[in-house]
Amino acid sequence: MAALAIEIDGLTKDYPVGFWRKRMRRSLDNLTLQVEEGEVFGFLGPNGAGKTTTLKLLMSLIFPTAGTARIRGRSIGDVEMHREIGYLPEQPYFYDYLTARELLDYYARFFGYDRAERNERVSRFLELVGLTAAANLQLRKFSKGMLQRAGIAQAILHDPKVIFLDEPMSGLDPVGRREVRDIILDLRRQGRTVFFSTHILSDAEMLCDRVAVLVDGKLQGIGAPGEIVSIEVQGMEILFEMPEERAVPSTLRERATKTGARYQVEVPEAELFQALDQLRDCSARILSVTPVRPTLEDYFFHLVGREKAASHAVEVVTR
Amino acid sequence: MSAMPGVVAINTFREAVRDRVLYNLIFFALMMIGAAIFVGQISIGIERLVIVNLGLSAISLFGLVMAVFVGVGLVYKEIEKRTLYSLLSKPIRRWEFLAGKYAGLVLTLLVNTSLMTLGLAGALYYVGRPFVRSDGSILIAIYFILLELALVTALALFFSCFSSPMLSTLFTLGIYVTGTFANDIRSFGDFTKNHVIQVGTRVVYYILPNFHNFNVIATAGHGGSVPFALVWQNTLYAALYVTLLLVAASAIFSRRNLK
Repeated sequence: MAALAIEIDGLTKDYPVGFWRKRMRRSLDNLTLQVEEGEVFGFLGPNGAGKTTTLKLLMSLIFPTAGTARIRGRSIGDVEMHREIGYLPEQPYFYDYLTARELLDYYARFFGYDRAERNERVSRFLELVGLTAAANLQLRKFSKGMLQRAGIAQAILHDPKVIFLDEPMSGLDPVGRREVRDIILDLRRQGRTVFFSTHILSDAEMLCDRVAVLVDGKLQGIGAPGEIVSIEVQGMEILFEMPEERAVPSTLRERATKTGARYQVEVPEAELFQALDQLRDCSARILSVTPVRPTLEDYFFHLVGREKAASHAVEVVTR
Repeated sequence: MSAMPGVVAINTFREAVRDRVLYNLIFFALMMIGAAIFVGQISIGIERLVIVNLGLSAISLFGLVMAVFVGVGLVYKEIEKRTLYSLLSKPIRRWEFLAGKYAGLVLTLLVNTSLMTLGLAGALYYVGRPFVRSDGSILIAIYFILLELALVTALALFFSCFSSPMLSTLFTLGIYVTGTFANDIRSFGDFTKNHVIQVGTRVVYYILPNFHNFNVIATAGHGGSVPFALVWQNTLYAALYVTLLLVAASAIFSRRNLK
């Protein structure tokens, strides 16, 4: 088994709510998961699921009500561990009186680089995120997408081993998203661990070795994108053509949809051979038989829907 | 010694400069030029008194406004704008961040006060008065103003660690005003002969920072000398009080959940 980059054990966070702050609202409920070194790990969930809370706990921006977490074997309370991690907050905002170059230079100073090393790194990472032309522009003149790029640059400026990205594609145009995807893939090639939260499921499916789905503060599932959705197989899709003089068998007629000369029908896996026999009896030409697997998106919405239906919203307890 | 506070301090100073905080120097310069011309026309023999009193009072007031209004926003702005999120993901401890913000504003106040001091010297030179040995008390008065501002900044920073800028401003100004009249408050207590009031006023006298002892503007204006013991006493007092406030602020801020 590979070494663990992130170990989260029973992490729980309650926030006080109400005027007297006596009631507690549970934002994260007993989260336990591990991420191995070199993995790209997607953290999925709708707004308010607890993704940002988890990242803020890991960065020690907030403190857990219960549970612990370790990054590369060191407690999240160990500030020296921060030399090995990078973090992009959600909708990042930086000192708007600084230029992009000054901002990166400022952050680089915390890692003790000398002037020459800082200059080299700042230029290299500005180029990597496509901000070379805007390097000397004050951040108050930056668009949301440009700020996001500057945020990514500051997160990876010091070659961290573990990178946490909170909604890294947010605010980016298609070209920007493609570039960020390339950066993440490049980080994986370099053996870095990337832990990123997103609600853009196609990005998670494309990039992640494993994903975790969080709904209302509770972990609903964890695994490889293909593995996690294969829990529920939806059926088999048959694509076929009928001879001109023949009609679609009556048992399949209602379910079949016609596109041009081709028909498509979805049947339960157990009924596949029966359906194929019927089609063969009608001299149908079978073009393809494909298992219908739910996408990560289907799985995600299935979980969210189930949670809402069961009214498992946020747990409220009185102190 | 950690270099982190220094990095934050330089950036805080840069922020103040770029946010045009030092523009108050223009008002100060205009005021000193106006006063020098005006006093030069009408005063006979009291130019020094008027210019020194006016200059030192303005240095104190301008500095106080800066220390309070910039000070209460030092931490609040970083939390509100979430610039602190990226910063605290770097290898910097929360107390180092606070120490850096504090040092940055004190550096800004130092630069501001130094430039105002030059303005005051220029105004004194304009009214044709040669510099004499007793003018050393003016420099001591300015040093005391700086100590006072360092203390006010620490108060503002302390309150901004757990309350809104508006409340922090009220608390800081409230303590400043009370501390300025600390001696009078104690005398009032003693005068009443009421034991409860006496205890109350003495508690206020001993717990709140005593700003009264930092004010030697009148002495400097009249060319009097300031006892050397007072310089040490005020330096030690301010250093101790600032340290206590920063330690308390760090203790509170280190446990704070950032929203």
